[in-house]
Amino acid sequence: MPWDLLFDPLFRLPFFTGLVFAVVLPVLGLYLRMREEWLAALGFAHLGGAGGVIGSLTGIPPLLAALGVAGGGVAARGLVRRAGNDLYAIMILGGWAAMILGAQFSHHARTLAQTLVDGQLYFTGLEQLLTALAFAAVFAVAMPWLSRRLLRARLFPGHDRANGQPVAALGLGFNILVAAGVALASMAMGVMAAFALMFVTPWVAFALAPGWRAAVVLSALLGVLAYLVAFVIALVGDLPFGPAFVAIVVGLALLRLLPRR
Amino acid sequence: MTTRLLTVDGLRAGYEGPVVGPLDFFVEAGEVVGLVGPNGCGKSTVMRVLTGEATVFSGSATRRDGLRVAYQPQYGLNTGGTASEIPLRVREVLRLMEVSQDTLPARLAALLDVRVDRLSGGQQQLLMVWAAIGHPADLLLLDEPTNNLDTDGEALLADTLRSLAPGRAALVISHERDFLTQVVDRMVEVG
Repeated sequence: MPWDLLFDPLFRLPFFTGLVFAVVLPVLGLYLRMREEWLAALGFAHLGGAGGVIGSLTGIPPLLAALGVAGGGVAARGLVRRAGNDLYAIMILGGWAAMILGAQFSHHARTLAQTLVDGQLYFTGLEQLLTALAFAAVFAVAMPWLSRRLLRARLFPGHDRANGQPVAALGLGFNILVAAGVALASMAMGVMAAFALMFVTPWVAFALAPGWRAAVVLSALLGVLAYLVAFVIALVGDLPFGPAFVAIVVGLALLRLLPRR
Repeated sequence: MTTRLLTVDGLRAGYEGPVVGPLDFFVEAGEVVGLVGPNGCGKSTVMRVLTGEATVFSGSATRRDGLRVAYQPQYGLNTGGTASEIPLRVREVLRLMEVSQDTLPARLAALLDVRVDRLSGGQQQLLMVWAAIGHPADLLLLDEPTNNLDTDGEALLADTLRSLAPGRAALVISHERDFLTQVVDRMVEVG
């Protein structure tokens, strides 16, 4: 087995890019689940994927196009008053159709679409690492401020609005953060890998954590653990990263069966 | 001299169309005011005007400048969705609402480290009501606070409402007229 690949400088940039998302996405997923909008991760991931393909067809940098189309999803969500997962289901279907159809029109778009499905983390470069780090910095600043307000909006709906707080802007800001994170992660590690991080690890944390802070830590730890294992297995076994990672994350779902305190 | 916290004047409010009103009442500091009426008459809609969730079609609901409000919604934790499983400790919920733990009743203080989704229905309701009452607000909006409360919980709530600090007030919706009779200074008929 080519264990020396693990220490090859060629894979350092991809490793750190994926590691950033492995920490950040599970925490975002935790808040999505709390808001009963967990399907948003897959909706924005598909829109991001479609944006990447459209970008490669139109000459716009794919990363920028992915962010733009996912941003369109946020705007659509802002126009729909009722919360829920219905709109995200439409985003998944529309994004998937646009991604697959768009891939038929050029070799480059087809390659990109295949990468989004396979989740070829190892092809990521410095641009994606820097973008991931910039996103993580925004996340680190915004989430401590958003957290309390998002939780209060869930448990005491109307309370902050009754006190003149801009609750709609808060939801919009959170959705922008989610859409950007998912679009960037989809371009780096694949659509399903991004979704798995945002769905499964919070799902396990919701069952096992004794409190919210513990849930934040647990979901991020599970994300990192699954990422490290998948990175090694995919590299050493010459497997596409996305499916290997998703298989590991799905295995983590068994932790929900552990006895609860 | 009394301070008027809220003045409702000729209010007609609802969603696609009006469901309640015209309605006139006021709440002054130190008062507990009850909203009573049959199910579906629009009592909760009056509170939702104050939380910005219902539309005012005519009239007004005017608040004192700088008024701080604490709102206990009728349906708290039990939204029926996936998030009825939620890893939040009682102490974390209280912190969200800036509630000092020194003021908690003993039966809630004993639950500080329990996850809220593992509380009984009555314990959850007591928590949600106390999170609003313990919030440092001038005006408490309590929507059906006695739902799921046992006799002791109701008595505790009644005692607390009867001994609100001067300067604070409460607007209470309840279908339990006996409870309201115990705690309110005035009742407003809706519908």
